[in-house]
Amino acid sequence: MDLVYWILIIFGVIVLYIIVAYNSLIVLRTRINNAWSQIDVQLKRRYDLIPNLIKTVQGYVKHEKTVLTEVTKARANLMSGNMNQKAKASDQLTNALKSLFAVAENYPQLKANENFKMLQEELSGTESKIAYSRQFYNDSVMSFNIKIQRFPASIIANAFRFTKREFFKAEGKEKENIKVEF
Amino acid sequence: MYSQISKNKWNSLFLFILFFILIGAVAYVINLLFFQGYLFIIVAAIIAIIFSLISYYSGDKIVLSMVKAREANKKDHAHLINSVEGLSIAAGIPSPKVYVIPGMQINAFACGVSPKKASVAFTEGSLQKLNRQELEGVIAHELSHIKNYDIRVMVLASVLVGIIVFASEIMLRSFIFGGVRSNENKGGSAQIILIAVGVVLLILAPIVAQIIKFAISRKREYLADASGALLTRYPKGLADALRKIKADHEELRTASNATAHMFISNPFKKKQWLASMFASHPDINDRIQKLDSM
Repeated sequence: MDLVYWILIIFGVIVLYIIVAYNSLIVLRTRINNAWSQIDVQLKRRYDLIPNLIKTVQGYVKHEKTVLTEVTKARANLMSGNMNQKAKASDQLTNALKSLFAVAENYPQLKANENFKMLQEELSGTESKIAYSRQFYNDSVMSFNIKIQRFPASIIANAFRFTKREFFKAEGKEKENIKVEF
Repeated sequence: MYSQISKNKWNSLFLFILFFILIGAVAYVINLLFFQGYLFIIVAAIIAIIFSLISYYSGDKIVLSMVKAREANKKDHAHLINSVEGLSIAAGIPSPKVYVIPGMQINAFACGVSPKKASVAFTEGSLQKLNRQELEGVIAHELSHIKNYDIRVMVLASVLVGIIVFASEIMLRSFIFGGVRSNENKGGSAQIILIAVGVVLLILAPIVAQIIKFAISRKREYLADASGALLTRYPKGLADALRKIKADHEELRTASNATAHMFISNPFKKKQWLASMFASHPDINDRIQKLDSM
């Protein structure tokens, strides 16, 4: 009789553990999805801001066509593709914007333009929001990946088919692309 | 960073356990000396909870109006609002309301019931004197208070202090007006010693409770420093900001004793005679040193 009770108790504890572990995995997974949409919101925001910026800048910098096309091209890639492609496009756009703002330094009239100043603050704010949402996303992915690999939660993760998630980072060869020309 | 975060969480838990032990001791002594001691503890708990709940739910508005804070607008404080929004994303909390406090001292605080209804306030001085990284360090510190539910932690601590203060107060008063257990009047010196010890304990308990509360407050500051550094990934930003705060000699006129504990650093620059045991904030040099070692 005693043995039956013990078995029931142990069984109950195991079931309880499965429920708790399963729920915490769901919470973590939802947080990742939420973090991902947060990145998307910020990418979209930047996507929407850029046409305004181009419009404002165009009037002042007529001889710097290449910088502007760079920005436009990078923007076009931003809202399509998978996670890696988006991350890559986002990094490209960051670089393109950097050179655009560097060029703008040479145009005092542009720099004094209220609209430009506002857009610059907005864009750099969005820039850091993208960085922070990326950080939050990657942190969430990290804690999820650790959790599903750790024993005993790994058993539950396997049973319910929780799989490792990807980090938001630009994979590829952009690091090799940096060429220094003398 | 991670180890400092978990260390500070454990420390706060330990201090809360200490609190409950103290309350248990007070209840025990009261019950030993008087009839129905536990009833008094319950009454004291109810009073303390009501008081604290009132301050809990109206506290942020009162504090914000006391320091004459006004809400930041996108036009004048675009950079501040953007930084708060960005770091909120990093912390995974909804973006709090942003306020600006008039005055040139570098200071800031966070208030509000929950992450959903939180506010952060920064002095004009901190916006002007801190550079980008330093300001982000300060913002991250304040957001960490929100994320770590420090306001709730401190409200809980105040409830516990309140229970002890009210219970000892009521007991000491009724003791003065004569209400010692009369059925155990067989007396003897043992009983007198017991009563004397009990009275001393009732006098000391509220003071000890305050000391524990301040200790919790200091632990939460360290915790906010560490988790803030985790948000910006740049502990030096906050460390530099604290260095500037240390060198800053402006007074913040709108701050009062009632609100002083909420700020990132004590708004009264003059060293108070109170020992460090009664300080709501840890020593600023110690905080800088801990941040530098991260």
